[in-house]
Amino acid sequence: MKKEGSAVSKERLDRYSLTGPENQAAVEAGLAGADWFRSAVPRKRMKELMRRSDYPAIRDTIIWLGLIGLFAGLGIAFWGTWWALPFFLAYGLLYGSTSDSRWHESGHGTAFKTRWIDQGLYQLASFMIMRDPTTWRWSHTRHHTDTLVVGRDPEIAVMRPARLARLLANLVGLVDVPLAFWLMFRHASGRLTADEADYVPPTERHKVYRTARIDLAIYAATIALAIGLRSWLPVVLIGGPRLYGPFLLYLYGFTQHAGMGENVLDYRLNTRTVKMCRLNRFLYWNMNYHVEHHMFPMVPYYRLAELHEEVKHDLAPAYPSIWAAYKEIIPAVLRQLKDQEYYVRRELPPGAAPYNQPAPINDGRALPLTVATAA
Amino acid sequence: MAEWIAACQADDVDPEDVIPFTHDGKDYAIYRSPDDAYYATDGHCTHEKTLLCDGLVMGAVIECPKHNGRFNYTSGKALGAPVLEDVRTYQVKVADGTVFIDVG
Repeated sequence: MKKEGSAVSKERLDRYSLTGPENQAAVEAGLAGADWFRSAVPRKRMKELMRRSDYPAIRDTIIWLGLIGLFAGLGIAFWGTWWALPFFLAYGLLYGSTSDSRWHESGHGTAFKTRWIDQGLYQLASFMIMRDPTTWRWSHTRHHTDTLVVGRDPEIAVMRPARLARLLANLVGLVDVPLAFWLMFRHASGRLTADEADYVPPTERHKVYRTARIDLAIYAATIALAIGLRSWLPVVLIGGPRLYGPFLLYLYGFTQHAGMGENVLDYRLNTRTVKMCRLNRFLYWNMNYHVEHHMFPMVPYYRLAELHEEVKHDLAPAYPSIWAAYKEIIPAVLRQLKDQEYYVRRELPPGAAPYNQPAPINDGRALPLTVATAA
Repeated sequence: MAEWIAACQADDVDPEDVIPFTHDGKDYAIYRSPDDAYYATDGHCTHEKTLLCDGLVMGAVIECPKHNGRFNYTSGKALGAPVLEDVRTYQVKVADGTVFIDVG
């Protein structure tokens, strides 16, 4: 039984690996760098929506950093008492979860009009979320080119079948944090993983090695300070929140694609838009409008609600809440443990452009391409 | 050798904007800068085959609509990841309200 389980695990990892046979099969099947469906939005309106402004992101970043500083200060002030706990919980969520959405938006270059502010936030958020800014820029570029194409997309968070133990452990960073340090050591020694080598161009790699050495030096200094002070406080402030605060990162993140179609060429088949309250939209920087973001990644987060209004006639209705999304995600992911051809396919409203499904393999079931294309 | 082709009317392009132009099966992008100068580049981003005419013009910069790679469209220079290769530029002239590009 155990042997059978490890065979499933190996087969799954081979399928999703960027260096496995599915990569070449996806290229041969026309799934790599393919044309995707996008709703028609008049050019004039699109220009308005794409236009950048510094004001919203500077305002939101000041609030965000201010809250991080406030909760850190209160946590330090009450250090050694139970009163510190809620303040560090809030600090941990802001540091270990919401840095993800700041990393994401600034990585796209859409947060600010002024480029250096955008890139400054990108470097800071990358450090906080423990992602190398160069490898993850290229990884996310590939994610947008080949969204949920098996063997091509390095950011498929929930595979078929899902790695449930890993997903649950990551709610407290138990996999991602050790992995991040393993990668930092690997990068610091001048090496990439085989998957990273598939999408990071050779001319960019020196940046990866340099950043890893700087990051490791910061963490070494933090640990040295903790030892010197005989206190956990430095670690609780720097790096630690990625362990005790990533819950929201995954709560939001799994709503994006989990349980939906793979190997499709239409974001409406593999991506969700979920309505969220004002607080969650602030914390998540409007990435709940995820179908819209994938269709038009140049639209800054503060215009996505307007973009939603422009394209919603082509989309299945947005999920009314995070809860509503999870009522679909959890059963779908559990069903995929046994039935890996199952996926969530939503009904489009009357009058919507039909799904872009140029070939039978684009129906979302994601049959292994190496078999499907040979048949 | 120069080969001047009429690409569009000057008014076809809004200030600080870009439009597509196709000639002989090849795609070009025609730009009008905020100070009313005209420029032309290859139609596709050098990173992946995405049409630049769907992108955003900001001053002298065109941003690709797919991955937000940026070029200076007056020189063709790539301005950083994910675009690492410059985009080809073409000579442009405006005569009697028509924009010509040299595709030679």
